[in-house]
Amino acid sequence: MSLIAFLVLFPLLAAALLLVLRDDKARSVVTYVSAALIAFAAILLAVTYLGAGVTYFNLPSDAADEAVSIIALLVDIALAVYIIAKSAKYRKWLPLVLALIQAPLVAVFELTKAGSIPVDFGFYIDNLSIIMALIIGIIGSGICVYAVGYMRDHAAHLKEGEKDRRPVFFALMFTFLSAMFLLVFANNLMWMFTAWEITTVCSFALIGYTRTEEAINNSFRQIWMNLIGGLAFAAAIVLIGMQQSVLELDKVINLGIGGGIMLLPIACLGLAACTKAAQSPFHSWLLGAMVAPTPTSALLHSSTMVKAGVFLLIKLAPCLGFNAPGIMIMIVGGFTFLMCSCMAISQSNAKRVLAYSTIANLGLITACAGVGTPAAIWAAIFLLIFHACAKSLLFLCVGTAEHHIGSRNIEDMDYLFERMPNLARFMLLGILVMFIAPFGMLVSKWAAFTSFIESGNLLLILFLAFGSAATFFFWAKWMGKLVTCCGNKQVIEGSIHKPEWVSIGLMAALASLCSVLFPIISKGVVVPYIGYVLASHSTGFYAQAIAAISADNLWLVAILALFTAVVMLGLPKAGSNDELDVYLAGANVDNDGRLFKNSFGQPMAYTQRNWYLEGFFGEARLDKPTVAISLAVFVFGIFAAMLIGGGF
Amino acid sequence: MFIPMLIFGLICAPILGCLLAGVDRKITARMQGRVGPSILQPYYDFRKLLGKDTGHTNRTESVYIFMYLLFVVIATVLFFLGGNFLLVVFVLTLGVLFFILAAYAPGSPYASIGANREILAVMAYEPMVLLVAAGLYLATGTFDVVAMTQASKPAIIMLPLLFLGFIYVLTIKLRKSPFDLSMSHHAHQELVRGMTTEMNGQTLAMVELAHWYESILYLGWVALFVIWKGWVGLIVALLVAALVYFLEILVDNNFARMKWQFALKSSWWLALILGLLNLGVILLLGLAL
Repeated sequence: MSLIAFLVLFPLLAAALLLVLRDDKARSVVTYVSAALIAFAAILLAVTYLGAGVTYFNLPSDAADEAVSIIALLVDIALAVYIIAKSAKYRKWLPLVLALIQAPLVAVFELTKAGSIPVDFGFYIDNLSIIMALIIGIIGSGICVYAVGYMRDHAAHLKEGEKDRRPVFFALMFTFLSAMFLLVFANNLMWMFTAWEITTVCSFALIGYTRTEEAINNSFRQIWMNLIGGLAFAAAIVLIGMQQSVLELDKVINLGIGGGIMLLPIACLGLAACTKAAQSPFHSWLLGAMVAPTPTSALLHSSTMVKAGVFLLIKLAPCLGFNAPGIMIMIVGGFTFLMCSCMAISQSNAKRVLAYSTIANLGLITACAGVGTPAAIWAAIFLLIFHACAKSLLFLCVGTAEHHIGSRNIEDMDYLFERMPNLARFMLLGILVMFIAPFGMLVSKWAAFTSFIESGNLLLILFLAFGSAATFFFWAKWMGKLVTCCGNKQVIEGSIHKPEWVSIGLMAALASLCSVLFPIISKGVVVPYIGYVLASHSTGFYAQAIAAISADNLWLVAILALFTAVVMLGLPKAGSNDELDVYLAGANVDNDGRLFKNSFGQPMAYTQRNWYLEGFFGEARLDKPTVAISLAVFVFGIFAAMLIGGGF
Repeated sequence: MFIPMLIFGLICAPILGCLLAGVDRKITARMQGRVGPSILQPYYDFRKLLGKDTGHTNRTESVYIFMYLLFVVIATVLFFLGGNFLLVVFVLTLGVLFFILAAYAPGSPYASIGANREILAVMAYEPMVLLVAAGLYLATGTFDVVAMTQASKPAIIMLPLLFLGFIYVLTIKLRKSPFDLSMSHHAHQELVRGMTTEMNGQTLAMVELAHWYESILYLGWVALFVIWKGWVGLIVALLVAALVYFLEILVDNNFARMKWQFALKSSWWLALILGLLNLGVILLLGLAL
């Protein structure tokens, strides 16, 4: 319990300290020390509780319980007031209305009904929350370390008269971590809901951080979409509380497996999780989030926010499957995976490509959770782990590249292999981990595919088959930009801050280590988790049936992954003088500049642009149908849950 | 069976692939009214490439090509050892990715365009390949190649449409006309050869060698549709594989190159329609061998 308390409260303390510190040096020291302590505590927690099954905790006294509930309620109301004030200031009525509905709903429920519902255990730790704690504690705080160097550059680029708001930025980052820890350990749904809303508001503030018009618009899009999710979450709590007099996550899941009247609240929780996980039709908030400074994007995409959504979905997975909420969630997830993978092809902005790929991968996790078989849950958990490692690595690389080449456009990453040799190698590794065997992401995708086929789900098989093909296209062409060499380019990565290198190195190490240790993580952490989650509900699962891929094959890909990672990081330097000129139709003028003599006899540089296939995969063509279809699936799913469940 | 199949995958497959390339050239020549080279010509070419000085436009290209060859060999060996079919597909994709990177690396206009088109080709055939994997699983109840070869009936009975679809994308995979978009083996199709424009000597020899492995591996996939337990099944499977390759040669010599738009559209539509129909019927009727 003390470890949970530390992980939830200590980041808050760090946040408070960072809010008052104005000195850059002091800020860096506090950030480094806090990040190290949080990571250490997360690892300690993992070491202590791994293999213990589920451990439940309670606060020392009922009075403490009550106090925490009151604080949670006060935080809920404060958040609502903040949203209402901000919305009124910028005249955004939709979030205002949503907050006005949600806050009284929660307050009335808490004050009238919730007090009379007995709560046995307020907190729990199981292997899934340990995995999440490690992701938040190591990757999340690693990103905070990276932010120190990045925000120094960012502040140096501020326009005259703009205020340096870095204290707020760092305070928000650490508050975010605290809320995430609360979210993954809370068994009391009211507390989980408070954490849920804190993450929503934190990311709202972080997205709007730069206060440009675009940033403000995008932050409001984020908040209204996530408030719909918050409202669905609140509605689910109230429904469950009124009908079943239950307020604990583990009991809700146990009841949910029975279906019936629980279908509607489960569908509502699923909807809430899908908004947070940026599933279509709510995917546009995550695309808009990229206006924020890169550490924010890295944090939102890899270790917090969207991961809260898929975390809840994986928790709910035993209640899903071939029932109304299950089918709704698997179709939305699979469809989002396909459409966002396709739309990523048409993007040249690196952060937007990363955002689409995040949404797509979250879609795959969502689909797996919806299928809900042991093999699918296994795949979902691994997708979550590898996505966290690889995506943080990629965001950090893109952010650093942006500060040095002055652009986040992939077209401007020509010859990065020579201009930023180390960074390009890390970026290449990150991309490989994201989409190709033998690295973890694809191996997890393989497991997902196997589980879809085993459950005979033709629609998901098709989504995955076509989506994967699109994935190959947009990653491979990006890699093509990076690997291009052209001799004697100036190296421009000397000025990268040390903390940036440390974090990038950490993420690269995590991504490769997880790929190599895949079989061990499977056997030691994930299979036991699924074993005891499902053992209590159904009969006879075996370890072999849980892991979608046999141990032999896992070891084989692990070895190949290690080998490939070593080769990629150890790629030789490109340039040297004894090399041949490339073929420019025999009209070469200067090889290093790729100049050739054109038809006027003038020297002309050869340049090359990637393919974007706008006519096939452009947003203009695909976005509207995507939103319409997935919205229809949600509406249909919720109504089906309502009718079949018979709660009305 | 481990050692013999290891030897087959590692050593016999490229020899057969080399002979296949020779036969291909001979038959192609006859179709065009020429005498054609000796069947061993691909081998002579390979020997000659090995003997040449290897020049580089940059130092990374040969590393990528080595990785390409390595992963193609691993995929082939895994397949003939009877490993997991999806794993074979994925390792092969990794190999092709390295080939693509090798083509991008020199920053050469011709090679880069070839690489772009090869990515497009991968995107065009990948859905069909994954659906074939799904179909083979539904037909035989396993992803293990060795278990698929022991089926009591050939999988093609269950997967007639996917078999046709697979033959269609095989043309793209083998880079044969009308889908020789990224590089062509026909001298008349292009003046500068796409992806391998900047490769020479041993680097180019490695590409040739990898291509021999690939051809045999793909014919292995074709055979997988037809094979059933026992000698008869094996012989029929080999005959069908040979027939399919002849068909590829025939198509290769009778079609001019199509645009990439057609390659992408046609293979995605085919994958969607054939996959939906074939897998849908299997799943609806609950059929399985």
